[in-house]
Amino acid sequence: MNESLLISIIIGISIASVPLIFAAIGELVVERSGVLNLGVEGMMIVGALLGFVVQFHTGSPFIAVLAALLGGMAIASIFAFLTQFLLTNQVATGLALTLFGLGFSAFVGRGYTEETIQLITSTHIPVLSDIPIVGPLLFSYNPLVYLAFFMVYLVWWFLFKTKQGLILRSIGDNHDAAHAIGHKVIRYRVMAILFGGAMAGIGGAFLSLVQVPIWGEDMTAGRGWIALGLVVFSSWQPFRVILGAIIFGGITILQLHAQGFDIRISAQYLSMLPYLATIIILVSLRMRAKNKTNRTMPNCLGRIFHSTT
Amino acid sequence: MSNIRLTSILKLSLLSAVLAFTSNVFADPVKAAFVYIGPTGDHGWTFAHDQGAKYVKEHMGDDVVITTVESVAENSDSERTITSLARKNDIIFTTSFGYMNPTIKVAARYPDVKFEHATGYLRPTDNISTYSARFYEGRHIIGKLAGKMTKSNVIGYIASFPIPEVIRGINSAYLAAKSVNPDIQIKIVWVYTWYDPGKEADAANALIAQGADIIMQHTDSTAAMTVAEETEGVYAFGQASDMGAWGPTSQLTGIIDDWGPYYLARVQAVKDGTWASSDTFDGIAEGMVEFAPMANMPKNLASWAERTISAIGNGYIHPFTGPINKQDGSPWLAEGETAPAYPDLLTMDFYVEGIDSKYPN
Amino acid sequence: MIRLIPRIENSNAMILLSPLLALTFTVITAYFIFASILVDIEVSSVFYTLFVEPLTDSYYISELLVKAAPLMIIALGLSIGFRAGVWNIGAEGQFVIGGIAGSAVGLYFYDVEGFWIIPLMSIAGILGGMFYASIAAFLKTKYQVNEILVTLMLTYVAVLFLSAMLQGPLRNPSGFNFPESRIFHDSALLPIIWQGTRVHIGLIIAILFSFVIWFGIKRHMLGMQIKITGSAPRAAKFAGFDDNKTVWFSLLISGGLAGLAGLFEAAGPAGQLTPGLPQFYGFTAIIVAFLARLHPLGILFSASLIALTYVGGENVQIDYDLPSSITQILQGMLLFYFLACDILIKYKVVLFKTIR
Repeated sequence: MNESLLISIIIGISIASVPLIFAAIGELVVERSGVLNLGVEGMMIVGALLGFVVQFHTGSPFIAVLAALLGGMAIASIFAFLTQFLLTNQVATGLALTLFGLGFSAFVGRGYTEETIQLITSTHIPVLSDIPIVGPLLFSYNPLVYLAFFMVYLVWWFLFKTKQGLILRSIGDNHDAAHAIGHKVIRYRVMAILFGGAMAGIGGAFLSLVQVPIWGEDMTAGRGWIALGLVVFSSWQPFRVILGAIIFGGITILQLHAQGFDIRISAQYLSMLPYLATIIILVSLRMRAKNKTNRTMPNCLGRIFHSTT
Repeated sequence: MSNIRLTSILKLSLLSAVLAFTSNVFADPVKAAFVYIGPTGDHGWTFAHDQGAKYVKEHMGDDVVITTVESVAENSDSERTITSLARKNDIIFTTSFGYMNPTIKVAARYPDVKFEHATGYLRPTDNISTYSARFYEGRHIIGKLAGKMTKSNVIGYIASFPIPEVIRGINSAYLAAKSVNPDIQIKIVWVYTWYDPGKEADAANALIAQGADIIMQHTDSTAAMTVAEETEGVYAFGQASDMGAWGPTSQLTGIIDDWGPYYLARVQAVKDGTWASSDTFDGIAEGMVEFAPMANMPKNLASWAERTISAIGNGYIHPFTGPINKQDGSPWLAEGETAPAYPDLLTMDFYVEGIDSKYPN
Repeated sequence: MIRLIPRIENSNAMILLSPLLALTFTVITAYFIFASILVDIEVSSVFYTLFVEPLTDSYYISELLVKAAPLMIIALGLSIGFRAGVWNIGAEGQFVIGGIAGSAVGLYFYDVEGFWIIPLMSIAGILGGMFYASIAAFLKTKYQVNEILVTLMLTYVAVLFLSAMLQGPLRNPSGFNFPESRIFHDSALLPIIWQGTRVHIGLIIAILFSFVIWFGIKRHMLGMQIKITGSAPRAAKFAGFDDNKTVWFSLLISGGLAGLAGLFEAAGPAGQLTPGLPQFYGFTAIIVAFLARLHPLGILFSASLIALTYVGGENVQIDYDLPSSITQILQGMLLFYFLACDILIKYKVVLFKTIR
């Protein structure tokens, strides 16, 4: 296998993993605070739509991404309001969010299926991009790709190196105790949910702005659900999200390349591996010693917090 | 009232009645419906069918009322959509293979409605017709162009499902390319979908990474064309329609499915009362397969391609002319023998000799 | 400032009113959203086509029942688990596996006639769904692994498995290599109960199950166990109710019913096994269950309401050239409002000024 093919494959996998990284890192923060938001798919597709529409009308990728971010936050706020203030069931509310997001985006996007926009795949950094091998591999990506990796670092830093991050994690592990100490459980959770929405929105916009310059109903094709599995796969550890996204995103790319090489592994069985691996990881997490509390699931994940005041 | 007046009125009434009867069987506009598997915005398969529907409207004006339904999934719900249309329309075009059984079921319940099933092969009741196009003639042209334009000698082919129509396309393109360029190699990637821009783009990128500098597709979106446009030195072909807008410097030509004249003929036949069940398999000669303008190539190559198109149209060239062996070496067509439509072409389930990839399943 | 004050006891008026309130809010909000975006279309006629027209036509009523039946069956199974706090989100996967299992039996006997084939297929469907759900049950009881994530991941695996089966062992050998199975022969097709339509025996089974489950929960000890385990887990343990048994029971029954629904879909309206088998019934059924507040008889109504939006939505697509996914907006909104209005049962909304 020659080196330019290898570079192509690595670049392809990196690009495929970006939407997953955004969506998963956002949901990771949400779940760390103890909330399970199944509406990731809905938030992503709204981001994809808004990014496409705004880019089409303004021609500015920056504004488009911003719009997608705000859009994701906006519909996440519905989820936040319902689950944190009206104390609704998180599973049902998350599903409703997905449905609403899918329907809303298809509906608003119906006039845009025949349009196309300027594709913004790569950037050219003078000098750096021109270095052989390393240049295309590291320095020629679209800014959003770098942003994705940066967000992972930022989330890690926030969760494990700041006081607020510690509080958020403690809320996720024991919201009653955290409340007793005086931490504002609801406030942290709402902020987390909004952050999750913003990230999912950007992740969706990446699809319609960078990967393929087309808008289509359901173009997220289940990536939101994959992101949910990714969060678990990563054991709620930020850097592992990258690993997981590369595996999930990479499998499709590798499977296409394998066909080109005439390697005869059934595409379907190969595609099953990441999901099965997630389940195995879940089991192994439980089987490990329980004293490493930051390696297990946030205890309060999915449970409704009932304020007693 | 005088007798003369009464007689005049009677004569006039009789004349009107006779005129009404002898004029078109359908004085009301014909109602035609089209069921699409994807969005018309795919600028591929569905777009081409929609252009056909528009052609009918253009030529028949107020004599026809057209209803179109997009993105109808190939599952048990499609039967309901087709039924809803059957209740209000005189002729229905179901434009994908997967609608076969629902079409047949509904046709049995609505014997007075005409059904036209694209790429199908069953006509159990006499109100069903099937139709398809000899796309492989188009593949022959793009195969030859690919053979001449490639510098890397690798053609990348994005294939959807291993059904005869797709296999025909691959074989035809390969044979044509090989006939002008003996060093040509073809790499085939199966994406198992008709329309998924993301996946199609990924497949195109993978093929390019593996050395292909010409991309062909049997999928419905413009994604691969945009990838080719993005990539230096890579050319592609429009699928089912002219995708030049997405590939101004990379589209060499495109195979255009021209359904308009066929659709017009069928709808007109319903209006005239002459519609009958038929099976159509037309190509270049009949105008069903057409081409986007030749572009991004030397002028003499373009003229050569045009001449080859005419040659197919006049019957001088048949894309499947022996000697051709199957991939396993066994003989298929003898010297000078051309492949019959049935069973060879319509049930084609083998690669021709020279294609390296293993046949799927 | 708006405050939620817990009521001393649940408001009975609100139990009946809140769904109606939710429906009203949904229609109003949807009206405004549609009106602002669909500038050239009369929104009220869209709503008429969506909600009312199907009910005026016996064909569409029959199709409504065809779509409602699988939703009912799956939702009934899910509701049992949800009451106990067992969240089976992967009913879609169990639906698919059950469909594959049942269809495989029918295809195996494709040249044999007999009245016993359908029951055998149904049992295969139930067992297939049960087996698939049992994976989650095992992992939860043995390793305390969250069943939401396991069942969700397994759904993906199931859909991929369907694709693999249809390209391989279950593909029609004389079907031009399309990834579809043979058309089921007569003995493998579900009996139709409403002649001239696609309404099959699945509807009767659904209604029957609904009553059986209703009685079961009211009368049977297991029903009470499930209720209490859901609302007061510690008390349940104290009383000696076996948590593990509840988990197994809930997952097996929801998996089995989902699998049966899958077989009914393949052997009923579809008449063959195709890649189009998964139609998100497994997820929609979760909505159906919630809208009915997990009540078995209520599920019959909420399933019909959701089925109505599907059938109406398709007609809107045909008549107004709107994407059929507008149905999803309505379903999403309906659930949002329903969940929100539900709060009124337990809490009273009070406005009061903050005292400085």
